[in-house]
Amino acid sequence: MHPAPSLIAFTVLSGIGFGLLAFLGLGLVTPTGWAALFWFGLGYGLALAGLAASSFHLGHPERALKAFSQWRTSWLSREAVLSVATLLFMAPHAAALTFLDTPAEGFGLLGAFFGLLTILATAMIYAQLKTVPRWHHWSTPAVFLLAGLTGAALITGIVALAQLLLAWLALALVAHWVLGDLRFHAAGSTTETATGLGAQGAVRLLEPPHSGRNYLMREMVHVVARRHALKLRVIAILCATIAPALLLLVQPMLTPVILAALALHVIGMIAARWLFFAEAEHVVGLYYGRD
Amino acid sequence: MTALPQSTEKKLGLVIDLDTCVGCHACVISCKGWNTENYGAPLSDTDPYGAEPEGTFLNRIHSFEVTPTDAPPMVVHFPKSCLHCEDAPCVTVCPTGASYKRAEDGIVLVNETDCIGCGLCAWACPYGAREMDAAEGVMKKCTLCVDRIYNDTLPEVDREPACVRTCPAGARHFGDLGDPGSAVSQLVAERGGIDLMPEQGTRPVNKYLPPRARDRLPEPPANLAALCEPSTEGLTGFLGWIDRTLGKI
Repeated sequence: MHPAPSLIAFTVLSGIGFGLLAFLGLGLVTPTGWAALFWFGLGYGLALAGLAASSFHLGHPERALKAFSQWRTSWLSREAVLSVATLLFMAPHAAALTFLDTPAEGFGLLGAFFGLLTILATAMIYAQLKTVPRWHHWSTPAVFLLAGLTGAALITGIVALAQLLLAWLALALVAHWVLGDLRFHAAGSTTETATGLGAQGAVRLLEPPHSGRNYLMREMVHVVARRHALKLRVIAILCATIAPALLLLVQPMLTPVILAALALHVIGMIAARWLFFAEAEHVVGLYYGRD
Repeated sequence: MTALPQSTEKKLGLVIDLDTCVGCHACVISCKGWNTENYGAPLSDTDPYGAEPEGTFLNRIHSFEVTPTDAPPMVVHFPKSCLHCEDAPCVTVCPTGASYKRAEDGIVLVNETDCIGCGLCAWACPYGAREMDAAEGVMKKCTLCVDRIYNDTLPEVDREPACVRTCPAGARHFGDLGDPGSAVSQLVAERGGIDLMPEQGTRPVNKYLPPRARDRLPEPPANLAALCEPSTEGLTGFLGWIDRTLGKI
């Protein structure tokens, strides 16, 4: 699949944003006054920046409001509804902490619940697609949820929780890569099933439909430089999980060290998210000679 | 609403005969012609006269080579457009309700004024049947020429999809695949029509008829070269009489 920068930015930033809002809602951090304004501002800012980035991906962003209507069937619509629900339910909690120095715990818990569901909905947009067997797997929501929570733990500097989440994230990433490599074959789609000609013999593409490229090829038949995929996986897991975990062992724990761990984690997750798209094979590639 | 109908009154669709298709691309052109001039946004081209021409098409023809284990390879031309699936995954993923499957005839359509151009439906389709138009930013797909098949202003003979109407080989058939007595259903039953990628669980309405078994020549004739030489042997009729008469002189 085409690794669109807008989608990589959206999924990484909004994941951390909604994770942070969930932390604030659950009371894992309870800043008050100006500090509360800063933390909630950061959470809202990341979540909204992610949503804004995703709208760059649309052909008609001015009609985006229509995307709130189909929550009964569409994960993308559910994501839109849940994200707004999170931001709305979290607002009284944020206002209470900022202006009254006291949490509105009920709203906080509801906001946190919807925040986590938003991350899940984002992941399900990809995990629901049978056409991309690598994504159609439990490891997709696992990686998205753990990435959002890990980013939140690093940003809030809750070291013990961050180390635990970094370990789980590392396991989820490895599972997504290793099990993901087996998914396309396991799904059973081949050029023979795609053309229905398997009973007649072995099938290969002789001529594509046009001499030029097209939307489908650009969007879904993206060919990643496979020889670099392994290197990128190593870089991604080192930056996203192992290096931050090692930095968190430094004593005494200083803010610049945590910030460095956070920066490394975000860079690593951007690499991992690039791979998430670039390595994902769509079955339509079978009609274009990719088997 | 992007929920799929429980069932549809009719299952209008195409039956494509891979035995008959000659790969001329006439259906590609007639499809583009009709659908760029009629219902919905036109099908744009980008850089049409330049080095890298591209365009939106609702119907494309791939050509495959099939190699049986015990026979020489053969070429199969393979037209591909929307299969109007009964379990259309492109419809349920749509966040705006722009994509829908009609309960009356099963045609899968896009309401272009509701489409936000997110592209998720194209990702959900295993067959590559949906293409985002580069100029309009909305999703385009085969409408089964919904603006022809019910169009009372057209002569009755033209009330079928443009690709079917134009096919010079008669490789494309249009009809109700939900009616077991229809000509298309009988053709599918008779020729063993198949679904594309059944493992995707989409239950496509469109069916493909596999190529018929080819004649086999177990061994080439011993005197193959001699058969190519011109000969008057066995010539009958007037020419034979001239040949024999002149031969006697």
